Amino acid sequence: MGFIRALKGDTGGQIMLFLLGLVAIVVPILNLWVPASSPWYLSTYTVTLLGKYLTYALLAVAVDLVWGYLGILSLGHGAFFALGGYAMGMYLMRQIGERGVYGNPELPDFMVFLDWSELPWFWYGFDQFWFAALMVVLVPGLLAFVFGWLAFRSRVTGVYLSIITQALTYALMLAFFRNEMGFGGNNGLTDFKDILGFDLRSDGTRIGLFLASAAALALGYLACRFVVSSRLGRVAVAIRDAEARVRFLGYRVERVKLWIFSFSAALAGVAGALYVPQVGIINPGEFAPLNSIELVIWVAIGGRFTLYGAVLGAILVNYAKTYFTGVMPEAWLFALGGLFVLVTLLLPKGIVGLFARRKRSTAQPADVTP
Amino acid sequence: MKALRQIQKAMRRDRQFGLMHSARDMAPDVSHGELLYLEDLNLSFDGFKAIDDLSFYLEAGELRCVIGPNGAGKTTMMDIITGKTRPDSGSASFGLNIDLLELSESEIAEIGIGRKFQKPTVFECHRVIENLELAMAGDKRVFPTLFAKLTGEQRDRIDDVLGIIGLTEHAYRDAGALSHGQKQWLEIGMLLMQDPLLLLVDEPVAGMTHQEMDRTAELLRSLAGNHSVVVVEHDMEFVRAIAKRVTVLHRGRVLAEGTMDQIQNDPKVIEVYLGE
Repeated sequence: MGFIRALKGDTGGQIMLFLLGLVAIVVPILNLWVPASSPWYLSTYTVTLLGKYLTYALLAVAVDLVWGYLGILSLGHGAFFALGGYAMGMYLMRQIGERGVYGNPELPDFMVFLDWSELPWFWYGFDQFWFAALMVVLVPGLLAFVFGWLAFRSRVTGVYLSIITQALTYALMLAFFRNEMGFGGNNGLTDFKDILGFDLRSDGTRIGLFLASAAALALGYLACRFVVSSRLGRVAVAIRDAEARVRFLGYRVERVKLWIFSFSAALAGVAGALYVPQVGIINPGEFAPLNSIELVIWVAIGGRFTLYGAVLGAILVNYAKTYFTGVMPEAWLFALGGLFVLVTLLLPKGIVGLFARRKRSTAQPADVTP
Repeated sequence: MKALRQIQKAMRRDRQFGLMHSARDMAPDVSHGELLYLEDLNLSFDGFKAIDDLSFYLEAGELRCVIGPNGAGKTTMMDIITGKTRPDSGSASFGLNIDLLELSESEIAEIGIGRKFQKPTVFECHRVIENLELAMAGDKRVFPTLFAKLTGEQRDRIDDVLGIIGLTEHAYRDAGALSHGQKQWLEIGMLLMQDPLLLLVDEPVAGMTHQEMDRTAELLRSLAGNHSVVVVEHDMEFVRAIAKRVTVLHRGRVLAEGTMDQIQNDPKVIEVYLGE
């Protein structure tokens, strides 16, 4: 299998996936089978928190794929995450059915409140899980494709591209804030009841979502590894370092960028879709430009250009965030900013750069060995 | 007049249309012996004539040196051939049949024109062997590249090129760790991997030691015959060592063309260039 071979030589990734597997076994046991009185008991709150971190980690992997390996500093990946989240949120809204405050079997509460008489066309199909799941991937992927097609074809690169991606997420935020858009405006989508018939409040469903996040992270990681260890991945790194040179070799740089960028956006959408049922709400705040910047910081802190570094960064920073915002909320942004400055100055390769020696002189890439 | 030429061009029966053929399948028609035709090219930047009625012909298999003072239009000429810059007027064709002005940069690379830049730009994060792998001729679309595997034949080809450029022992080193001269050879190796019909080599020996220069001269001479080579170079000693025919450019025009001896005795050339 190409996916398994993609891990060859990726020691950090092997360790990361092993730990992920371990966590996926231990967490359900500690939550479901250990009595609540035991010190080993893991509360459902913690499980959900961990699940949230895993979706963030998947998002960070998606960002690292385009930033670390392709050199596109996207400051708008939060938008793709939020769009995936909205697609899932729409499905969860339709599942509420008659149990909403207004008891309308057809319309979500906010539409009844706004006096709408029928479901807007773009809500059709979202009562079906398969359709919503498809949209989770398609909507962010297509947006990234159209956006990338316009941007890469005009050879917009570097800081200019970063600024337009930032503008993209900001524009989407403003649009989603409007009630007329039909996505719940300011309040977003919430009050979810169940997913695929399972009650979202039950411990079992929470564990299920946690495991789904872990599986998505593992598969997403393997898929990204497959891309970066293929010849296309080497072309991507070449584009990052010397774009014009790659063009003269006869590669269509725009298309390479376009496909990898769209794939990364779809992956971010999947992360968003798993995030929403666990936190129980999606609102336009997820499009906030600051979110997209923050997730770039996760990647920088963990270690750009190593996919497992992105995973590590996302989990560490978010754990620190949970801790700090609990202890002294006003200090968090200073801590994050300080951490970013320190890492940039002292650890240009991120935390993984501390213990990862480059083994390139001895190891050989998968398909250029004789 | 211009319109008439356009029509003439469109009516030519031997011309291949972009719609009907992808660039990969095109082969230049060299039945008249020439591989490259540049005719009446003009290009100005903000009123400065970088290229002024330039005409240049290159035979198949020839090794040609292009010299000229700074700003003579040497690099701009290369830019036009590779599609990086478009001329204001004139024509450029590869063989009799392929109009270079209608192709994109990557299409021009695909039909067999490879270029080595003035500053060596190898992919520093990749190993020597990976640099050659990326440069290899083949299907360079996104999905075939994603699933590409190295065949034994391709692997042999890489080994051959490693031998030609003398980097066999350094195959698994990062390209960034090579010396300046080795990077230049790697660049030439990357060109060879594309199986080009025409190699454009911009200042190959700038910054090289004498030994490295000798090896580069040997390398370029060994390439002529199988490939057509255009070398742009400042170093006269080096040009004398490799060139059979030399073209002197000055202010965007061809000032003189001939053997090195003819060039060196040409009073016009002495005045503008060698006499400095």
